[in-house]
Amino acid sequence: MMIELRQVSKTFPNGTIGLKDINLKIQTGEFVVIVGLSGAGKSTLLRSINRLIDVTSGDIQIHGQSITSASGSRLRAIRRNIGMIFQSFNLIKRTTVLNNVLSGRVGYHSTLRTLLGSFPKRDVEIALTALERVNIREKAYIRADQLSGGQQQRVSIARALAQEATIILADEPVASLDPLTTRQVMDDLQRINRELNITTIVNLHFIDLARDYATRIIGLRAGEIVFDGSVGEATDEILAEIYGRPVKADEFLDTSREMQVVGVT
Amino acid sequence: MRLDIKSTNPTSTPSIPSSPNDSISNALDKPRRGKRIATWMLFIVILVVCSLYIDVTPYQLFVGLPEMGVLLKEMFPPDWSYLPTIWAPTLQTIKIAVAGTILGAIPAIPAALFSANNITPFKSVSLPIRTLLNLVRTVPDLLFAAVFVAVFGIGPFAGMLALLFFSFGIIAKLTYETVEAIDPGPLEAMTAVGATRIQLIVFGVIPQALPAFISYLLYTFEINIRAATVLGFVGAGGIGLLLNQSLGLFRYDRAATIIILTLAVVLIIDNASTRIRRKLL
Repeated sequence: MMIELRQVSKTFPNGTIGLKDINLKIQTGEFVVIVGLSGAGKSTLLRSINRLIDVTSGDIQIHGQSITSASGSRLRAIRRNIGMIFQSFNLIKRTTVLNNVLSGRVGYHSTLRTLLGSFPKRDVEIALTALERVNIREKAYIRADQLSGGQQQRVSIARALAQEATIILADEPVASLDPLTTRQVMDDLQRINRELNITTIVNLHFIDLARDYATRIIGLRAGEIVFDGSVGEATDEILAEIYGRPVKADEFLDTSREMQVVGVT
Repeated sequence: MRLDIKSTNPTSTPSIPSSPNDSISNALDKPRRGKRIATWMLFIVILVVCSLYIDVTPYQLFVGLPEMGVLLKEMFPPDWSYLPTIWAPTLQTIKIAVAGTILGAIPAIPAALFSANNITPFKSVSLPIRTLLNLVRTVPDLLFAAVFVAVFGIGPFAGMLALLFFSFGIIAKLTYETVEAIDPGPLEAMTAVGATRIQLIVFGVIPQALPAFISYLLYTFEINIRAATVLGFVGAGGIGLLLNQSLGLFRYDRAATIIILTLAVVLIIDNASTRIRRKLL
């Protein structure tokens, strides 16, 4: 078992319910897409898996190790194994692409070693290979803020690869990209998922993207799992149920499909 | 289902406050004008009362003005032969400012990190340090200098120490405000990568805050150069001592030389520093 959530609930300090009794098992190599309205708890679910958010109750196991009860170096070791990709890339803008990718390696070294900023040759090779995998090796020595959005997102994918993570969490990875680069970034994620067998969990709000890339779709509504099945099972009727209303045109990336939806509803 | 509650709220609320809002602003309009006049009156009264108490009147300005002319006349031509004598103390002034600024900036880094709420979430740590910073900044640099002269004796060491404390207070304060305003995204990314707190600071905080930190360091250096020129008045080293002496001995021509040289140094350093700071940000 790769990831297992047992009766996970999260209530925020202001009383908002983020997650309600989530039970979920994700196997190695799955490409899971989580869909749902904004505020449904997609981001909360993803962030509780690597414990950027502490859950209120329940247990989350990664490779049979509880991340919810881990702390200190054990927590960091589990996190090192989980790459994360953010909507806003979250790169260190003022430094080079290579340094950004190398920052994914810090979990492998002592604080003192990284303090001096010198990574072993092997790490640089790992970083460059990671960049090659997302086709931007030639940008290695360019400052990160000089790159386009799509390129920056690929750097952040390379950072996750440099971690040698077995799990990648992507929180709305394409929400700030244009349709063309969206496809490229999703293709990268899919390729990595298939070639390296990295378990991938992606939050998306585009339904057609979810159907094109997922091996499994999970629907969240008001912090609860209301659907969990294959792409084929996620029909428009099911999605309408997840969203609590008919699916709208802006929930599709490809506008040509928009007509079909309007027809259906 | 939850959505329904959200969607009804925004539509129902705006209709209610719109009318009371108008009446409130109307009601406030008249007293506001009266208040403005009252504020100015109070301001003028305070000014007049204070001036009378300390005998500050325009009369003194008229009486003193000719004296100013006399002084200026005595200052010119400046005594250029004095230049070789004041060269070394001027350099010492610059050195005091450089050492004070840099040595103050170094402890300012951990102080800023421990004060910033996004890096140190423990109020028990940040609050005492912030209080210390506030205390340090309430003490004027000349008071620091006077105290350190009393402790460590006359000389540049006391001056350097005064500027050290002064710089520490400013740089730490400005830097922690910058650190609190940095983009939290990279910090989140570093946490997710499995970084330790120090690794998070090295990779997430420092690259973001460094340009601002250097800018504050240079800005403080500009202030310190000016401050260092008068440190000598309390015996804390630098050119101020000679300036004080020259004025005391009525050698206004020598004082003029010192003032002109100081002005030149300050102008050059200010200019260079401003240019660098503009490039940094």
